[in-house]
Amino acid sequence: MNFMDSKQPESGLLGPESDSQRTLYPYVTGTSVVALKYKDGILMAADMGGSYGSTLRYKSVERMKPIGKHSLLGASGEISDFQEILRFLDELILYDNMWDDGNSLGPKEVHNYLTRVMYNRRNKFNPLWNSLVLGGVKNGQKYLGTVSMIGVNFEDNHVATGFGNHLARPILRQEWHENLSFEDGVKLLEKCMRVLLYRDRSAVNKLQIAKITEEGMTISQPYSLKTHWELSAFQNPTQGAVGSW
Amino acid sequence: MDLNMNLNAPHSMGTTIIGVTYNGGVVLGADSRTSTGMYVANRASDKITQLTENVYVCRSGSAADSQIVSDYVRYFLHQHTIQLGQPATVKVAANLIRLLSYNNKNMLETGLIVGGWDKYEGGKIYGIPLGGTLIEQPFAIGGSGSSYLYGFFDQAWKEGMTKDEAEQLVVKAVSLAIARDGASGGVVRTVIINSEGVTRNFYPGDKLPLWHEELEPQNSLLDILNSSSPEPMNI
Repeated sequence: MNFMDSKQPESGLLGPESDSQRTLYPYVTGTSVVALKYKDGILMAADMGGSYGSTLRYKSVERMKPIGKHSLLGASGEISDFQEILRFLDELILYDNMWDDGNSLGPKEVHNYLTRVMYNRRNKFNPLWNSLVLGGVKNGQKYLGTVSMIGVNFEDNHVATGFGNHLARPILRQEWHENLSFEDGVKLLEKCMRVLLYRDRSAVNKLQIAKITEEGMTISQPYSLKTHWELSAFQNPTQGAVGSW
Repeated sequence: MDLNMNLNAPHSMGTTIIGVTYNGGVVLGADSRTSTGMYVANRASDKITQLTENVYVCRSGSAADSQIVSDYVRYFLHQHTIQLGQPATVKVAANLIRLLSYNNKNMLETGLIVGGWDKYEGGKIYGIPLGGTLIEQPFAIGGSGSSYLYGFFDQAWKEGMTKDEAEQLVVKAVSLAIARDGASGGVVRTVIINSEGVTRNFYPGDKLPLWHEELEPQNSLLDILNSSSPEPMNI
């Protein structure tokens, strides 16, 4: 019997619209997703955290999922909305398969579909509170794109969401090059994920790296990264400036 | 994308609810306090609600919201069971809860833990927090009292417990939460669900263990004075 006040926003300017729904804020959220193109396809990394405000509540959330035969979707933001998007895509792929015409939706098409969904929801002031990364390979063509909750979409050789925009993209700009090997790609992603672990409060030290190539998609088992704290400067931080904080 | 800094979750959702899987089934647990602001409207409520013979749900948050969601899902599951010709699975029950929670996310304020046993997957626990995310877990905690239990479970939880170990863990946890959360209190109720059926247990407040700074309850000061050596009252 908690005293529950109306969850609808009150605004005298809304008029008849005030009956319609609008999402106000996310509850259970995932943090950054980082992805890059490499020699054979796409590599994508995301941790397995589901935060509830400042609490790191869930630590085994899979934020990357295969879509059809050719694509891989990673999401940050509200997990319930991501789960709903997966249902939409399930239906999309199902109908595509039912044509039974030998064609299948490639990553470019799935990305376009997602863009339309996200942008249309944004226009109704009821966004799906996610930033999505869509990567894949079809007929030898590698594709990597991103869509945000307001419908901003683009494709690039490397993308990141959330904190990854600020911390991972500069690293990728510096060190990415065409035809990275699988090992170099993984090392580069891990470098980004480690920085995020140090500097993103909602990061969790349990991550997965997914790979998609012409052959198919694999997602690694969950694992943790080693972190480095033995720098001499950390031992005695105020040594160089006695009396400082 | 931080368009709105109104994110002071977790909301206060008066209650402590827990669901734990063990080797053969699940144990659900909850406190029994229902509050209206500062007043305790019901000190012996039953927050573990039956959905089907083999699936129960722990309710937290708005009492009204959690009750209506449970009622709808019980109704749907009843029809589903008739059509299916066999008991509904825990997964189906959880997904129905999710559907209502997600599609009405702007209006509902209830966090639920669905637990049960079915012949396909055995004992399963599903957490459905605010927003309508569905997450299958080996154990789940919810409600305002759960804030005090994250550390406890990180340390005390282990895979493959026996039924008694699991129930003891749940009772201990709810009791710890009651000790620190003003919105939780009363008795600890548990429901154990496995292949053999359903068992309801009841642990009254005075039978729970005592924690830091808590004292053994007495009938009266007079008993203390009479039982101990002739030491006069000394304040």
